[in-house]
This record gives sequence, C-alpha cells and structure tokens, in this order.
Amino acid sequence: MTGAEWQLLWFTAWVSAISTILILPFGLATAWLLARHDWPGKSLVETLVSLPLVMPPVATGLILLKVLGERGAVGGFFYRHFNVDIAFTWRGVLIALAVMSFPLLVRSTRVAFEQVNPRLEQIARTLGASNSRVFWTITLPLASHGVIGGMLLAFARALGEFGATIMVAGYITGKTATLSTEIYHSFNNGEDAHAYRLLGLSVALAFLAVWSSEWFMRRRTSAR
Amino acid sequence: MNLLLKKISLPLTDFPLVIDVEIQNQVTAVFGPSGAGKTSLLDLIAGLRQPKSALVQLGDRVLTDTAAGTNVPTRHRQIGYVPQDLALFPHLSVRENLLYGRKGIRTLDTLFSYEHITQVLEIGPLVNRRTTNLSGGEKQRVALARALLASPHLLLLDEPLASLDTVLKSKIIPYLARIRGEFHIPMLYVTHDWSEVQALCSEALIMERGQIVRRELIAG
Repeated sequence: MTGAEWQLLWFTAWVSAISTILILPFGLATAWLLARHDWPGKSLVETLVSLPLVMPPVATGLILLKVLGERGAVGGFFYRHFNVDIAFTWRGVLIALAVMSFPLLVRSTRVAFEQVNPRLEQIARTLGASNSRVFWTITLPLASHGVIGGMLLAFARALGEFGATIMVAGYITGKTATLSTEIYHSFNNGEDAHAYRLLGLSVALAFLAVWSSEWFMRRRTSAR
Repeated sequence: MNLLLKKISLPLTDFPLVIDVEIQNQVTAVFGPSGAGKTSLLDLIAGLRQPKSALVQLGDRVLTDTAAGTNVPTRHRQIGYVPQDLALFPHLSVRENLLYGRKGIRTLDTLFSYEHITQVLEIGPLVNRRTTNLSGGEKQRVALARALLASPHLLLLDEPLASLDTVLKSKIIPYLARIRGEFHIPMLYVTHDWSEVQALCSEALIMERGQIVRRELIAG
C-alpha cells in the first residue's frame, strides 16, 4: 500500500462516516414517522425514500448535479451567497453518498422501530412520559441494535458508491476521488496492480461493515 | 371514586364497544370472556384509543368528552395501567422501571413513597436486578409498584393474574388486597376468573360483545 492509497482510503472512510452521521437524524425521524404513524402522503414519502435504491445511480447523480451545480437551485444559492462550490468538490461526494445510503438507513431503522412493542411506549405514556421522552428512553434504546446495524449498512453502501459520486463530484485526484472511482480510473488506465490492491481493500472494508451490521441485527433479534 | 363512562362508542373488529355506566365502588371487576372488549375499554379510559364518541370523567375531572372536543393526553391523566403482558421495560433495571413514572412528581405523601411501596410489595431485594431475570410473580409485583409510584388517581389492572399458575395467583392476591387496603385508589380489575372477583372486588360489570349486560354486587 502506498501513501496515496492510504490517503484515498482515509478520505473515502471519512467522507462515508460523515455522510452516515449527517443522515442519521433525518433517517431516524423518517423511519420513526413511517413506523409509528399513518399520515396523508405516507406512501409517497416511502416511495421517494426508496427511489435511490432502484434508480440507476448515475440518474440520481445527474439529478443531484442539476440541483447542486453552480446553476442549480441549491448549488447556485450557496455559490452566490457564500461563494461555496458543491459540485466537483468533497461536499458533492458527501451529498452523493448521503443520498445513496439514506434509503438503507431508513429501511433498517424502520424495521427496528417496528419491532419495538408499542405497548411499552403506551405504558410509558401512562407513567407521564412525553412523546420525546418515550422516544429517547424506550423506543431508541430498544431499537438501538437495528439503528447501529442500519448505520453500518449505510456506511458500507457509501464506501462502495460510484455512479452518483462520479456524476456529482467527478474524479479529481486528491480532491474527490474515492476508492470506487479510483479503481475505475486505474483499471481504465491499465494500472492493474493499483486497481487490484484497492479492490482487495474495498472487499475487506465492505465485508467488515456488512458483517458488523448483520451481527448487530442478529443481536436485535435475539434480544427479543 | 366516581368514574363516569357515558355514551362510549368505539368500533372494534366484530362489534362496537358501547358503554354507559357510572362506577362508584373502590374495586370494580370488569368480567367477561376473552374478546368481549374489556382491554379496549381500559385502553379508552387511559387515553390509548380514540373513541367515536365518549364522555369519560373521573371525579370532577373530564378526561374525554368528544362532544366538547376534550381529550386529556394519556400522560396527563394520572391513570396507572398494568397491562396483561405487564410491559416492563426490558432494557432497564427494576429500580429504573419503578422510578420511570416518578419524574416530575414532587409529593411529600409518604403513602406513595418509593420506600413504602417497595416495602408493601416486598420488592426491595429485587431493585438492582434486570426485569428479564424476575419470576412471573416478581414481575407482577414490580409492574404494580411501578404503576403505584406514579401516584395514580385510578388503577387499571388488565388480567393481572392470567399468566400465573394457581400457586402464584394465591401469592399475588394478598398483595392486591394490600394495595386495596393501603392506598385506597379506585381500581378497575379486568378478569375472566370469578374467584378473583370474589377475592378482591366489591362489584362486577359483566361484559359480553362490547356491552355491559349485567352488574353484580359482590358480598364482602
């Protein structure tokens, strides 16, 4: 492993971890609303949340590019008011990873919330607990294994993301290149040894993340 | 106690719950076969289910009045509820379960103090254990104590002895009698075992298919 490869690994892991943390509050809120409440438009939100799972990642990336580019609604706003670029920067990578891993976090967390016995939450209310206290002291602790499993799954998804990332952030060495975009670039340029080292690393990381996620999910099941 | 349940209408799967009754005794049994709507009635009183129409009044406090748009949230009703499955929080210790409903309660009333309640129900030695490591009878007493520690104005007990064998039942009934004697909290006691009604209650409401078909005073 060369210094550049370690740096690439560090950048990919860092940006994947930050994207997972970034989507956590939104993921928890969405999953809880989907698991515990019925409201108008719920099926629409369920569909929208799952879209990045089934759409071609490059299509999602193209939508993001249109929104986050200098002429896009969000990208244009940040560029004009804060002189901040999003597309083709690490911020673009971060957002692409966040969008692509969000559905996995929501799906796993939703299942975890659904498996918490609603009777426990109801009885907590009869004991004087507010909705937020019920969530923080009953629902979330009992769903914690599933939530952590979902976070690891989202992290694993972010580690391997390619299509949306290449569209929004491109491939800029030392700036936006991630493990997956670097593998693609190296292989295209005939740098096979470099590509295979990164491939091995990707497999190891993905295996570790998915295995840990499964372990947490199993603990959730056996805890009931 | 004066618990007023007027114009109660709640659609259930096979029939509606239709209740119109005023309860004045300290321990009143709600007696009937499984699926008669007994638990739904308790849920409605606790504010856990929203009726089509209802007037629920405890003493002079209106808890639900659909006609007037009144619906006191569950957490403000001060109604203790011991469900059939007890719903002890499995991730908390016995002590944490017991103290869950104490937050925000500043009472000098020693009757409802932690020390007194744990002493009456003889659960002092259990407080540092996980609820998952308790026996059926111990869980029962912890659930009762947890409900009492929240200083309720009404106690709803949903078949509290249903899951226990005859030996354990005979051990728990004296604790329930002590609660009745010591705390003077009005109780609604759901059961389908007439011997429990005779041991603990002063009146029984006989329920069938969502309706009270008969009231019986129990000779003390």
